[in-house]
Amino acid sequence: MEWLDNFWSTYNTLVYSIGVHALLALSIWLTLACGLLSMANAAFMGIGAYVSALLSLNAGWPFAAVLVAAGVAPALVALIIGIPTLRLSGVYLAMATLAFGEVVRITVLNLEITGGPEGLNGIPQSTQGWHIVAILAFVVYGLTRMQRSRVGRAFESIREDDVAASLMGIDVARYKLFAFVLGAAMAGVAGGLNAHFTFFISPREYGFENAVDILTMAVLGGTGSLVGPMLGAAILTLLPELLRFLNEFRGIFNGIVLVLVVLFLPKGIWEPRRIKALFARGGGK
Amino acid sequence: MSVLLRVHDLAINYGHIEAVKGITFHLNTGEITALVGANGAGKSTTLLGLSGLLRPVRGHVLFEDEDITHLSPHQIVRRGVVQVAEGRAILTTLTVSENLALGAYTRRDRAGIADSLEEVFHLFPRLRDRGNQLAGNLSGGEQQMLAIGRALMARPRLMLLDEPSMGLAPLLVQEIFRTLVDINRSGLTVLLVEQNVRQALKIARHGYVMETGHVVLADSGANLLHDPRVAEAYLGG
Repeated sequence: MEWLDNFWSTYNTLVYSIGVHALLALSIWLTLACGLLSMANAAFMGIGAYVSALLSLNAGWPFAAVLVAAGVAPALVALIIGIPTLRLSGVYLAMATLAFGEVVRITVLNLEITGGPEGLNGIPQSTQGWHIVAILAFVVYGLTRMQRSRVGRAFESIREDDVAASLMGIDVARYKLFAFVLGAAMAGVAGGLNAHFTFFISPREYGFENAVDILTMAVLGGTGSLVGPMLGAAILTLLPELLRFLNEFRGIFNGIVLVLVVLFLPKGIWEPRRIKALFARGGGK
Repeated sequence: MSVLLRVHDLAINYGHIEAVKGITFHLNTGEITALVGANGAGKSTTLLGLSGLLRPVRGHVLFEDEDITHLSPHQIVRRGVVQVAEGRAILTTLTVSENLALGAYTRRDRAGIADSLEEVFHLFPRLRDRGNQLAGNLSGGEQQMLAIGRALMARPRLMLLDEPSMGLAPLLVQEIFRTLVDINRSGLTVLLVEQNVRQALKIARHGYVMETGHVVLADSGANLLHDPRVAEAYLGG
């Protein structure tokens, strides 16, 4: 099994990244499920990463407590900024959350405790594969249960038409805030996990491009189900590696793939209804 | 006759436009009341104010003597005031059954919800046949039936209807209005906002005529129907 050991030591961070990205894609799926286009999840991830890294480095907290803090800290921030901003809709909310993301990035860039532009070094590598798998499984289980509950039905009607939802007696503002805060907590935990296997974090990892990346994962995979965002996360994490032989043309090819998917599969790669139809046709032969 | 809803000096702005300029009216328990007038008179704005989707700038709305003027839409629904929105506002990507189930969102009594569903299917048999179809594939008339059915699923005590005749063929309009009379007979109080003045006043016990943000006439439905001023302005002379 020597090749497996070699493979693992070369690619384990890649596998870990898929898991963390899946968690991030699910975090934005949650806000999208409630009809919110939030671009703040990269910043929430950053808050989780920095809070957890600082607690590990300076306070010596145990890893479990560090991860809890990584979720709670961005959730609190989301609660505070969510109350005024979630009254906005569509592209206005996207702009407000983007601006918030920049505020976070610039704050981290200029604080002393966060190491400024140099970031934080020497974060203990506490994250293990099973941590990521267990947390991801827990999140998928929780979100599946939620989808089938009253909350899930409320989300669905808010996404479809929030005026109609409020006329059915659904407290639209409260559910939006709930989705936003829970999404922030998930992104924060992802940030905490990420910081504890990459050894090093810097403000560059939580900016505008990363916010777009997270959104792209969910949209590429398809937001109609939980499988879609995770599939999108896996593809967008692997694609740059698989295209390594293209050298400097890699980014271009990556972009072309995205454009093609959006053009021909506007609901994403994983669309339950189409996949069902595909199997039905295959079975008929 | 007891009063279910009392509106006093209600004024509502739509953006910078003063759309409703201080109107006063009331709804008697168990009656159909019509609020009629031309396009832009402020009728729909009034309804949006009653259901909490627009914030009044002045005045009061009392439902069973409770001030509901500044409550949120979902709180008003929980009090028993349910609006059937203009343009129907059904959820087109959900099935008919799912739409009806969401109508009962505020309720927890499973048995009662099942009874209400039977009542809705009794009123609109076509909805039963189409239960598993996407609401977006329904015809305009069926969508209006679904919108009314969904409002009934909340078991309201006051139903607010905004232009249920809009965009429907005359025969369908009559069918919908007949159903409204049936619903009303079962004890539900109805406020009907309509541009189809003749049909609305025919089934309404009382009516109010709105013009440019004011209530200009108030009388029984029958009297308004034969009032020369109404006839001239809205019924083609």
